[in-house]
Amino acid sequence: MALEIRDIHKHFGSVRASDGVTFVVEDGSLHGILGENGAGKSTLMKILSGFYEADSGVVDLDGEVLDLRSPADAIQAGIGMLHQDPLVFLPFTVLDNFVLGSPGPVRLDRSSARAELERVGSELGFRLDPERLARDLTVGERQQLEITRLMSLGAKVLIFDEPTTGISATQRIQLFSTLHNLAEDGLIVLFVSHKLEEIEQLCDSVTVIRQGKVVFEASMPVPSEVLVEKMFGKIFVDEGREPAPLGAPVLELSQVTLEEGTTRVEDLSLDCTAGEVIGLAGLEGSGQRTLLRACAGLLKPTSGHLSVDGKNLDNASYRDHLAAGIHYLPAGRLEEGLVEGISIAEHLVLTSDDTSFFIDWDAADEAAQQEIDDYSINGRPSSPAEVLSGGNQQRLLLAMIPDEVRLLLLEHPTRGLDVGSAAYVWQRLLERRSDGTSIVFASADLDELLRYSDRIVVFFAGAVFAVRSAVDTDGEELGYLIGGKERA
Amino acid sequence: MKALRAATPTLVSLVAALAFGVVLLLLAGAPPFEALWLLVQGSFGSASKVSATLLAWSPLLLASAGLVVTFAAGLWNIGVEGQIIVGAIAASWVARSFPGPVWVILPATILAGAIGGLIWALLAGALKTYGGVHEIFGGLGLDFVAAGMVVYLVLGPWKRTGVASTSGTDIFREEAWMPGLDALGTGWPVIPVALGLASVLIVWLLLRGTRFGLRLKAVGRNPRSSFLLGIPTNRYVLGAFAIGGALAGIAGTVQATAFHHKLVPSISGGYGFLGILVVLLASFSAAWIAPIALFFVAISVGSTQLDLRLGLDSAFGGVLQGVIVLFVMIGGAWSARRSPVSPAARGEP
Repeated sequence: MALEIRDIHKHFGSVRASDGVTFVVEDGSLHGILGENGAGKSTLMKILSGFYEADSGVVDLDGEVLDLRSPADAIQAGIGMLHQDPLVFLPFTVLDNFVLGSPGPVRLDRSSARAELERVGSELGFRLDPERLARDLTVGERQQLEITRLMSLGAKVLIFDEPTTGISATQRIQLFSTLHNLAEDGLIVLFVSHKLEEIEQLCDSVTVIRQGKVVFEASMPVPSEVLVEKMFGKIFVDEGREPAPLGAPVLELSQVTLEEGTTRVEDLSLDCTAGEVIGLAGLEGSGQRTLLRACAGLLKPTSGHLSVDGKNLDNASYRDHLAAGIHYLPAGRLEEGLVEGISIAEHLVLTSDDTSFFIDWDAADEAAQQEIDDYSINGRPSSPAEVLSGGNQQRLLLAMIPDEVRLLLLEHPTRGLDVGSAAYVWQRLLERRSDGTSIVFASADLDELLRYSDRIVVFFAGAVFAVRSAVDTDGEELGYLIGGKERA
Repeated sequence: MKALRAATPTLVSLVAALAFGVVLLLLAGAPPFEALWLLVQGSFGSASKVSATLLAWSPLLLASAGLVVTFAAGLWNIGVEGQIIVGAIAASWVARSFPGPVWVILPATILAGAIGGLIWALLAGALKTYGGVHEIFGGLGLDFVAAGMVVYLVLGPWKRTGVASTSGTDIFREEAWMPGLDALGTGWPVIPVALGLASVLIVWLLLRGTRFGLRLKAVGRNPRSSFLLGIPTNRYVLGAFAIGGALAGIAGTVQATAFHHKLVPSISGGYGFLGILVVLLASFSAAWIAPIALFFVAISVGSTQLDLRLGLDSAFGGVLQGVIVLFVMIGGAWSARRSPVSPAARGEP
């Protein structure tokens, strides 16, 4: 038995999420799928589990070509997927969750379902109380419930998408031993992760995906540095950066603890001086966004102190933060930055200092045309935000930043932009920096972090794992640090 | 030109809806073209009929103008019916309680109606912003409360002299009636029409030319971005409710003091819900409200003739209105599927 994936293509707009992916996994193997955020791992797994339909390509199990149009098709064919957030209905009991989604007559036969749950559960070595509410289970137990359910549906391939997010160390050990057992019983287990250490610990073989393509396949063990290089590619940094002019501290964090959903950042202390650029590195969900949101005033620290220009902002509202000269640019340009259906001119009116009741549209159009020329936005004053390309949306957002800003917080400032647009964005940002504005930005692009930061703060699992001066580190080391390992 | 091009699918759908209405009439065994002609006759056939149509047009204009504001803020103000009712109750209270000449009572009833509607709308707004209750559910609940209140008043504290009746309270004394223009013979509803048209014009200007209107639109289309831009979103949501409620309340004043001259249980005349249909048809823009509302009330007023002359139930008017809205919605969805622009960009909440 083998799972064979041949030449899978899938694109979203102009993004090629899967670009001719081909690989084979033999039965009884614990196979790792490794890649950085946005490499195309999730898309591929969603194709295998029937959530997305591939544009082209073939999935073949036991020599049989599968027709995967929905998750139901995939489960029928024997492919089950455990999502990062287990798909469990919280208000339902364990038993009801178990029954849900299984084929059968209209009438529920709870007693035979209970017997089945107990039989499959005990084979797997799980102890699940059928009457408990899913809400009361830990994330690890919810995973066990999902595994039990998928196994009872006859899964031959189990896909685990970042299953160690949000579970404790002991649960992780238990999960790993379960995965070993499943593989020993002859199942194909696909373990999707961006954590090097876990892949090294667990997997028999690995496929590395970058930019929608398979770039590396091997049996484990493989030296870490090889995996890092395959994951991130070779990183070249041009030299000749001027060091940060040391100014007065603008942003000061002392022993800040932040909680947001499952992300918890503990005991963080960090200073950013005037004119300094700090890059936040780390995998998505490691705490960078949480930190940015706290600095912006969108998330109150549970403890510790946060101040800007010496002004304490522990209990200040978001608007107080704006007044203190903090400006936050989230990653979702059309979700959290611009307003669909509103034109460039209207956006600029919304953010202008003018407070007169009536709007002089002629003057507004003229001012907008000025900004369009200034920021080389490809659009007209009347163009609505959503028709602009990503790069032009980002330029508009830059044009909307008030003149008097002390601290700029940016989340993936150049994500999805072509090289020219990205360079332009940074040119404008660095102009701000020379005016004494501090910049803190999160990015998944190591090249960008190394090129523009003065210091790089690496997050791992909600904690600051390392702080490096950009001139003292390189892409290889960052790759290790992001994966939670010191360079050997 | 742009507005006209945007309205093209609407016009096509209107023709389709009328064709469907013809088919319905044929199925009902009525001569379709005579029936449609009767609709026109019944609403515009004589001076008094034109006057009646205009009087019905006014509260619909007021309610629709208010709804344009709440829709601009991304709100489904289902509570508009209740706001009309409470406005009418407040105006009736002034009309019943205070002596005085027309030029005192008239502005007082208008102001009372506006305040009544405003308070009722702010209740829905506060439930939404502070209580986390979706405005559709809050508004629907408040509609029922208002409907209960008016029945209680009509049958209880404000009951007719003699025996309580669902036909309404005592007629207000004449100084409390919204004066018509008797010089033209039939008591032309000049003040209601002026109020209605003024409300449409003001709302159009507000949304088109003011900072308040622009911010309101931004909040309606993307509250998240708006908040991050520093707009106090809750305040704008409440502001939209206040304006929408005040205009609905004035519609209530018109209903009580210009049409019924008393408080009746069905005081809202259904103009709130009809207003929602008007605004949907107008693609949420103030520019098209006036003609569409006139078209709708013409069907309502004219359909009474169907009953008298063809023995068709006047409910046919309502059926036709509903069919028109459904056809226009289908037309809108159809043209949306072919255009790459997102719903928000089309001006929908």
